[in-house]
Amino acid sequence: MRIFDPHIHMTSRTTDDYEAMYAAGVRALVEPAFWLGQPRSSVDSFVDYFDALVGWERFRAAQFGIAHHCTIALNPKEANDPRCLPVLDLLPRYLAKDGVVAVGEIGFDSMTREEEKAFARQLELAREFALPALVHTPHRDKLAGTRRTLDLVEAAGVDPGMVVVDHLNEVTVDVVEEAGAWMGFSIYPDTKMSPARMVAILRARVESGRGLGRVLVNSAADWGRSDPLSTRRTGEAMLAAGFTEDDVERVLWHNPIEFFGQSGRLLLDVPETDSAATFAGNSLLRGER
Amino acid sequence: MSSTIPSLDPALAERLEAVCLEIEADPARIRVRFPAAAREIGRTPGTSADVGQDRLEDRVRVRLLEALRRAVPDVERRNTEVHDLYRFGDADERRAVLLGLDRLDLDDRALDLVHDALRTNDPRLVAAALGPYAATHLEAADWRQGVLKCLFVGVPLALVTGLDDRADAELSRMVGDYAAERRAAGRSVPDDALPLLLPVRPSES
Ligand SMILES: [Zn+2]
Repeated sequence: MRIFDPHIHMTSRTTDDYEAMYAAGVRALVEPAFWLGQPRSSVDSFVDYFDALVGWERFRAAQFGIAHHCTIALNPKEANDPRCLPVLDLLPRYLAKDGVVAVGEIGFDSMTREEEKAFARQLELAREFALPALVHTPHRDKLAGTRRTLDLVEAAGVDPGMVVVDHLNEVTVDVVEEAGAWMGFSIYPDTKMSPARMVAILRARVESGRGLGRVLVNSAADWGRSDPLSTRRTGEAMLAAGFTEDDVERVLWHNPIEFFGQSGRLLLDVPETDSAATFAGNSLLRGER
Repeated sequence: MSSTIPSLDPALAERLEAVCLEIEADPARIRVRFPAAAREIGRTPGTSADVGQDRLEDRVRVRLLEALRRAVPDVERRNTEVHDLYRFGDADERRAVLLGLDRLDLDDRALDLVHDALRTNDPRLVAAALGPYAATHLEAADWRQGVLKCLFVGVPLALVTGLDDRADAELSRMVGDYAAERRAAGRSVPDDALPLLLPVRPSES
């Protein structure tokens, strides 16, 4: 099974996770820029984080045979913090870089005016840099937040085919389908979707003739209790429910490539793994050199 | 590295020229054109373990820095722009900034970037840091430490600009001590360190 995880925060994960992911079939991923689980107190903190996303983390993933891409943005939570807002002026420098395949995570957290301003500005940046946008939907008031998200996408004049609206569930999927945007589902214990619910949504889509297109399945694994193999678990659940290998590959591999390929910046030829290689002189084999 | 690119394919040369003109008209455009240069203008395909490899994207980015020098006559403004390109750059962009430092007429204003690169253990950055700019501006003590660092991180000394002119008795002593430690540990001494073990000339202060 070949897997492209279109949303996973590897900065928070260990080398054991990389090994297990490779063994499970993960060969490529996208790491969206998000918050750290605690507030950043300055723009400099973003700069170091973005540096890691385009440098050290890409190197680390390559050591395990996985192609690492990232998205860059001011996340919705920190859009409310005046200490963080000036990072908006730095984003163009990062959105110009190789391996940056979308603007994200943008969107709403608490649906404040500040969030809406940052969201709209970053949709403009997505247009300017011809990049897709990865949009986070809120945990609270999710349906209203999803509707408002789609209104803003339309107002910004962004092609909905260039937008994935993420963390969807049974309640929010239909409005996104109707808007023509991509539908992202996070298979994440307790708070988001499970493999069984995901399979039920996929089956309903096939039975109603809407098919398997425009669907992205991700683990959204981060620093919380989460599972970087939940994409694989979903693939297995699809097979158990009678989907074919081709169906699984369509959802878990070809769809993410189709969506993020719109950036023209995917880096899918992972260099041969060389565990003694160094990034900025920093090898993963600490103590062995 | 020459400032002209002899074997340039015409389409690439055209793209490069267009971006240079864009920067000369609006120097702030370098902030997005410099990071995107490999993708938008041209790159040598694949990666290489050879830290001295002459790569197209390095040459292209140095040309953009030359356009910046023409576009921003005010040296302090130019210096700020160059520092920002380094600060917000990835490893490839930082390497190109280092390679272009001697084209920017910054006197010793960018020495801190050389120091920053020499603090990393990234051979491509260390190699790029010890080019013509460091040969001219880096103080003797720092420059010797830089050469020694090359031996430690595996940068061939052939990539150090001005080695023959600047090598002195103090550097010979330092390399001699390094060689003695390597031999005591039963490890080999890089071939290119050996000529430095010969006495050369008295140290500059
Ligand atoms: Zn996320």
